[in-house]
Order: sequence, then structure tokens, then C-alpha cells
Amino acid sequence: MAETLHNLYIGFAVALSPNVLLYAFVGCVVGTLVGVLPGIGPLAGISLLLPASFGMDATSAIVLLAGIYYGAMYGGSTTSILMRIPGEAASVMTCIDGYEMTRKGRAGAALAIAAVGSYVAGTVSVVGLMLLAPPLASFALRFGPPEYFALLLLGLLVLAYMSGGSILKSLAMATLGLLLGMIGIDPMTGFFRFSYGLVELGDGIGVVPVAVGLFGLSEILLTAGQPTPPEIKKPRLRELLPSRQEWRDSLWPIGRGTVLGFLIGIIPGSAHIISSFVSYAVERRLSKHPERFGQGAVEGVAGPESANNSATSGAFVPMLALGVPSGPIPAVMIAAMMVHGVSPGPLLIAQQPQLFWGFIASMYVGNVVLLILNLPLVGIFVNVLRVPYPLLYPSILMFCVLGVYAVNGSVVDVGIMTVMGALGYVLRKFDFETAPVVLGLILAPMMEMSFRQSLSMSSGSYHIFVNRPIALVMLMVGLALLLLGVAPWLTKSLDWRQRFGLTSGEEKEGL
Amino acid sequence: MTTDRVSGAVLALFALLVLWESRRYPLGNFHLPGPAFAPVLLASLLLIFGVLLVLTSSRAPQLSTISWTEWRHASAILATSLFTVFATERLGYRLTMLLMLAFLIKAVERRGWVETLVVSFGLAFGSFYLFYTLLRVPLPEGPLGF
Repeated sequence: MAETLHNLYIGFAVALSPNVLLYAFVGCVVGTLVGVLPGIGPLAGISLLLPASFGMDATSAIVLLAGIYYGAMYGGSTTSILMRIPGEAASVMTCIDGYEMTRKGRAGAALAIAAVGSYVAGTVSVVGLMLLAPPLASFALRFGPPEYFALLLLGLLVLAYMSGGSILKSLAMATLGLLLGMIGIDPMTGFFRFSYGLVELGDGIGVVPVAVGLFGLSEILLTAGQPTPPEIKKPRLRELLPSRQEWRDSLWPIGRGTVLGFLIGIIPGSAHIISSFVSYAVERRLSKHPERFGQGAVEGVAGPESANNSATSGAFVPMLALGVPSGPIPAVMIAAMMVHGVSPGPLLIAQQPQLFWGFIASMYVGNVVLLILNLPLVGIFVNVLRVPYPLLYPSILMFCVLGVYAVNGSVVDVGIMTVMGALGYVLRKFDFETAPVVLGLILAPMMEMSFRQSLSMSSGSYHIFVNRPIALVMLMVGLALLLLGVAPWLTKSLDWRQRFGLTSGEEKEGL
Repeated sequence: MTTDRVSGAVLALFALLVLWESRRYPLGNFHLPGPAFAPVLLASLLLIFGVLLVLTSSRAPQLSTISWTEWRHASAILATSLFTVFATERLGYRLTMLLMLAFLIKAVERRGWVETLVVSFGLAFGSFYLFYTLLRVPLPEGPLGF
């Protein structure tokens, strides 16, 4: 414990240096804006500023990008509460009771509870990250290629199982992503696979153009031409104080949302989205008056908002300790760290303690910055939404093109983004999840490499995956999840995902 | 015809295409996989998932229930995005963005000329100044110095 506190002291020395503090602030402001704006999520925001971070040192870059990530979680609640428009996907559940509170004249209280809940969850979950990441990293030093292969396979299966909608569709999307990840030079033999003469594809398809296309551009394609947003209700500063009863009602939902969000965040998948769904369902189930949910229950704001913030810190645990991204956003952040010559993984904490602990401390600082930003300045942020959407989406498109081009200075990437945008548009029309495609793309090279290295180690014997206990346990868990996912389809019964509203009955019947 | 039947069939066809294209690379064997091994394995899995989707699709929504009301906007945005692929390095960043923004705001959204010109010039040149000049992100300049 003393060592942790000493390390945290080093971290605060880094995080409170003017340079890092400035980037944490900029990241939080950009993140809040990204969260407020519909159609541009944290992933697009991070991708956009990724090239701008190339000139910075590694700590500043990662602090800036992380600030955007958790800033977007804060910002997303604002439009959900005031306009019933989720600024980003994780805020969908906040729309339900948050907007009802606005209609009843309690917008200020809803915003305050959301901000305080996010602050508490953000701060407490960083403690979890701080305590969990170092021992996990030490444990991961025992991992060889078979363990990494099993872990990555487990990650994909968890994602497919946890995703909303049909598990069959999620598995198909993950496989599609893995196939996209096969493009480029085969690292074991040097064969140029599926490149069709495009030299730019030698390193494979980049995660940024695919992610911006599937999430950012497809969102623009779906929303452009839709009716303009409704009038914005702007709360006054003195209305921001919740009543004593509202505080009392929010206390436990914030606590439960924090724990739940952190635990779900560690698991691969679109953790921040899933966590808010699960938290809402849990609060409704535990409430003595479940009929209040949907009518402006403050618990329906406090729980999901705390959960989605806590999940962002949880998502950093496998990223920093294992070097394994739990979703598209940590994957882009790993790419950013690699640009700066930093390899996330078990050795990161030991070899670069200043970066790790500086990052942890900056998250404490960032949460304070966000609390200050989100309460008194809420009126300024919602003003962005006064820009008519016919002017807003061309600007978002311009930033998407700019962000994607600037990563490698390649128009091929912009072409990939366009194709992926069209693909994402069609996939979403057909009710497919796009997150597994991105995760599959990211994990494919690592998975293939560890699979083939494992076979080289064992002279071609597949026993290596069952003879090593850690790999065996992970594979068994993956198999169990697969069976759990398929079982309700076979028995025609409900599973927990359906009860929590992650799938509709119709989808479930179609697996 | 249900949505899952169509999407399952398209995924299966794509998987078949990948299997066909993979014949160019050595497959290796089960114990010593070659460069085509993983793509063939994955395409086979995708083929199975596609076929399963087709077979279990009877309760999925009908294809006709999908609304495509925004298709004109979507097509225009995709065409504009494609235009940037071909124009960015030929015309330069600022001119390409100016044309893209002006087309979307004036031709697609039918906003006024003043609004179109102010927003297009402001964003194209402002973003160049912010990213190229201040943040030192390399962006292409065209033959006219734009």
C-alpha cells in the first residue's frame, strides 16, 4: 500500500505539471463537446486528435486522449437529459428518466446528479484501476503465445455474448473483422495477402479509418436528412441543486453503478454502453417503486451515468496491464501509445512507472475538471447544439476526413473510411452490431501470430492449448459462454441479456 | 424475404469470395499453417454463420420494413467523401474541403449563399490553420498553393 501511495505521489507530480494539466483540460473540453454532439462519439473524437498528439510526449498524448474518452461520457448525459438525444450511445438510458425530469422542471437536478454520479464513479473506479492493474500485469508475465491466443479468443467470445442483439450476428461480425485483419503482409512468411496492388495495405487496414467509418460516418449517413433537433431547455445555475430526497435516492444507485460499471468495463466489448443498460435494469429491479422508472426517477439517471463513467476506467485495466484492448476505443489508444514507442502490457508499469502513474493521477485531476466544466458551464456546451444539423454534419464529415487522412497521410485510408461508412450504414439498417468488426480487426494479427507461434512451440501439436492451465481455463470459459449464448436459442427460454433489455425477444428467437 | 435471410446470404457469398481468393496463397497444413490457413478457417466460419442466419431467419423483420428515407442524403455524403479521396492530394486540403462543404451545404441542404460561403471558407481555412499551422499535422497543399 505504501508503495502504491508513493507511486501515486510520483503520478501526481507528473499530472500536475502545467503541460500535462493543460492537455488533460483540453482533452476534457474536447471530450465534453464530442459527447454533447450527436453523430460524433468518443472514438471519432480520439481518432481526430490522434495525429495532433504525434508531436507530444507519450504521457501528454495518452492523458489528452483519455480525457476525451471520459469527457465524452460526461458530455453525453447533457443532451440526453435536456433534449432526449443521446450525445453518444452510452447515454441512451439516461434519456428515459433524465428527459422526464426535464419535463417536470428538474433538469438542473438531473444534470447535477449525473455530473456528481459521474465524478464519484470516475474517481472511485480509478482506485480500482490503480489497485488491480499492477497485480494483473505481474500475473500476465506468465503468459506465452498459447495464453495470449486463449485470452484474445475469450475476449471475442465475451464481446459476442455481451453485445446487444443476436449472438450469431455478433459472431459473424467478429469473424468479418478478423477477416479484414488478414489483409496485409503475413508476418510469418512475408506473403502479401489480399492487397490487390495497393502498397498502403502492406501493414493491413488501419483501425482508425475502419472505426471512424463504421461509427462516425455511418452515424452521419443515418442521421442527415432527419428532422432538426427540438428546442433546448437551458437550466439556470440556481436550479442545479437537487433536493434532499433526490440525493438520498441517488446514493445507492451511484454506488452500485460504480461497482457494476467497473466490473463490466474490464470485460471486452462496448462496456460503457452495456454497463448503462445493465445498471438501469438493476435499479429498476431493486426499486420499491419500479413504476416510477420512465416517469422521471432520479435513480434512472444516477445509476447508468455512474456505470458508464466507471466502465471507462475498467476498460483501461486490460489495456494497460495486458496490452489487450477491450474495445475499439482502448484499441485506438494502444495505437497512439505505440506511435510514441510505448508498448502497453505487463512490462509497462515496471518499465515506465511515470507514464502509468501519471496517467492514473491525471484521471483524478480530469474528473475534477469535468465536474467543474459540466455544472456551471452546461449552458455554453448546449449552445453547440443550436448550430443547425445541416451545417453541423458537413463539419463533422470534414473532421472525419481530416482525422483519418492525417494518421498516415494517405488518401487510401479516406477511401477505406468511405467504404466502411457505407458498410456500417447498411449493417446498422440490418440490425448488426459494428463494434465486433472493429475488435476483430484489431485482434486478428495478434491472434494469428500467437496461434502460429504456439504451434511452432509445440511442433504442430494442439495439446499446447490444453496442457497449459491458464490457457485451458480461458478456453473453457469461452466455451461455456458460447454454450450459454446458444442455450436459450435451443431451449426457447429467456436469458439474462433479454431480461436486462439488451436484446429484443424477436432478435433472440433468431439467435 | 426477411432482413436476416438477405444479410446471411450476402455474408455467405462474401465468405465464398474470400475462399476463392485464398487459393493464391499456400494453405499449409493443420500442424504447420500457411498464410492462407487463417483466412480459409475464418471464411469457412463466416460461411457457416451466414447459412445459419439464412436458416433461422423466419422470425426476423421483413426486408420491406427497413426505411431508406434518407438515401438521397446518404448517397450525396458518400459521393462527397469519395470525391475527397481523389481530390485531397490533387487540389490540396483547403480547396477540397471548401468544395466538399459548399456542395453539401448549398446543393444538398439548400442553405443560402452567404451561409454557405462563410461556413465553407471558415471551416476549410480555419481547420487548416489549426491543424497544419498550430498543431503541425502535415496536410497536402495543391498546385495553387491551397
